Amino acid sequence: MAVYKRTYAAYEGSLTPTWSRFLILPRYSFARLWQSRFLVMFFMACFFYPLGCIGYIYLANNLSVLSSFGIPAPLGNVLKVQPSLFLYFCWVQAAFTYLLTAFIGPSLVSPDLVNGAMPLYFCRPFSRTEYIAGKMSVLVFLLSMVTWVPGLILFTIQASLAGWEWTKANLWIAGSLFIGLMVWILMLSLLALALSAWVKWKIAAGGLLLGVFFAGAGFGTALNSVMRTTYGSLLNLTEVMFTIWSKLFRWPSDTGISVEASWICVGVVCAICLWLLIRRVRAFEVVK
Amino acid sequence: MDPVIELAGLSVRFGNRDILHNLRVALSGRTIGLLGPNGAGKSTLIQTLLGFVPLSAGSANIFGHDIRQQTSELRALIGYMPENDSFIANLTAVSFVRMMGELAGLPHDAALERAHEVLFYVGLGEARYRLLGTYSLGMKQLAKLAQAIVHGPRLLILDEPTNGLDPPARIRMIRLIKEMKQTGSMHIVLCSHLLRDVEETCEEVLILKQGRIVHYSNLEEERRANKRFVELETVGDEKDFAGALTALGCECVGTGLGRLKMVLPAEFELREIYRLAADRDLQLRRLNYRRDTLEDIFLKAMEA
Repeated sequence: MAVYKRTYAAYEGSLTPTWSRFLILPRYSFARLWQSRFLVMFFMACFFYPLGCIGYIYLANNLSVLSSFGIPAPLGNVLKVQPSLFLYFCWVQAAFTYLLTAFIGPSLVSPDLVNGAMPLYFCRPFSRTEYIAGKMSVLVFLLSMVTWVPGLILFTIQASLAGWEWTKANLWIAGSLFIGLMVWILMLSLLALALSAWVKWKIAAGGLLLGVFFAGAGFGTALNSVMRTTYGSLLNLTEVMFTIWSKLFRWPSDTGISVEASWICVGVVCAICLWLLIRRVRAFEVVK
Repeated sequence: MDPVIELAGLSVRFGNRDILHNLRVALSGRTIGLLGPNGAGKSTLIQTLLGFVPLSAGSANIFGHDIRQQTSELRALIGYMPENDSFIANLTAVSFVRMMGELAGLPHDAALERAHEVLFYVGLGEARYRLLGTYSLGMKQLAKLAQAIVHGPRLLILDEPTNGLDPPARIRMIRLIKEMKQTGSMHIVLCSHLLRDVEETCEEVLILKQGRIVHYSNLEEERRANKRFVELETVGDEKDFAGALTALGCECVGTGLGRLKMVLPAEFELREIYRLAADRDLQLRRLNYRRDTLEDIFLKAMEA
């Protein structure tokens, strides 16, 4: 079917394996996303804090460098690598991922829904699960790049500088980093995709993602004051995540909600988002 | 010939409402027209064949594959051009068609090559690097056709392909459908409200009404059967004239006011009509070869 012949001919070549086709969506999404200069700049800005942490870890393990600059030893003794360093790392990077998701998330599903492209995906050997997995992998990959991947790099650098004894005693930090940040990424990705699927206007979907957190926090605080309870904090997803991270990093939490309740809350939010996505991502809309 | 689409008591129900009821037919034509008034169930039938809508009873096979058991294999064989707007506005036509090709299983290099080829084939070659959001309605229709054929499907389902097209674009679309039909590698299901489109392109027609099949017709056979159907308008003694024609083997019916309808026997020559009229000093005001148009067939089916 050469272009110059301008005639139709059937395709008779080989086909790709079915399992690999969900990777097509992230490839096209990334190609589109990286065209935005703002996104590239912001993505790079997300690495400033990890770079600062690398510097801190290096200095904490090489106090002689400070003394060579004339900084007195007592000040140098303040620099210590503790689990709280990684907890703060989670906090700062989570804030960056939150903004990154608000920017990227809405552009993933809504363009397909706005112009009715869903039937074109699903009339092919391509399932809804593959579609959601493909779209979600865009966020999971990008957010991982700025959260637990640099987090584990920090841990590895600290382990290499501090030695085997420190590594053996603090190996749980690596697990906490990975689990804590993956839970955050999954919840954020599902929220972004669900909102993008239900609110077709990209700007509104981005705004709504911000609203879910801020409005939830405000409503939760109001509920706590009026009802004289602490369960209103379950509506504040930031506090819910802080409770989970505090537990994972063995740090005292003052949110007033239990870790079990926080895990259940995250599970419920993810389940609702999945349900919303499954309701929306289909080949045709049922008009009642 | 093995049937392309075989429906065996296919029924679809939404809530308490029967949308398709006990459809039974075997379609084997190269181009199959799907006709019916609004709400007849045409789109639901297409969506059922694509596996979007679950069956409430019966079964359906496409190329011998059960649509419930082998949905994924079947979708690899099908190209679908939906009726409504279906595109991704912020992609260029090449990227869009290439992505659809890749999702159908083409390796990315082959998908890119095919995307260029089909876009040239449908007539969007010069506009293939433009964003789809900037396309006119006619261009979007062509882009939808391009994505439907990029992977070389064995069955192409076209839902109202000439919707919103101006006359030259419609002619072009009909020409493309005819060309694809002639390649012999593809079967086409054409769902359209425009009887003329179906008549120009289809060999078989299935007419639906209120979720039931009210008529199935092989247009090719009907065209052959109706070839010797003649209408006459006369002034004079048409009864005697009709008797003479009947004696020569014609099936002749008078419809009043000097009008006659008749089916001519195979070896009958038209000059006999003029000779008989001249012998009886009968004026022939009009003589038409007439066959049942698809419109006649459709209207009869709607009255049934």
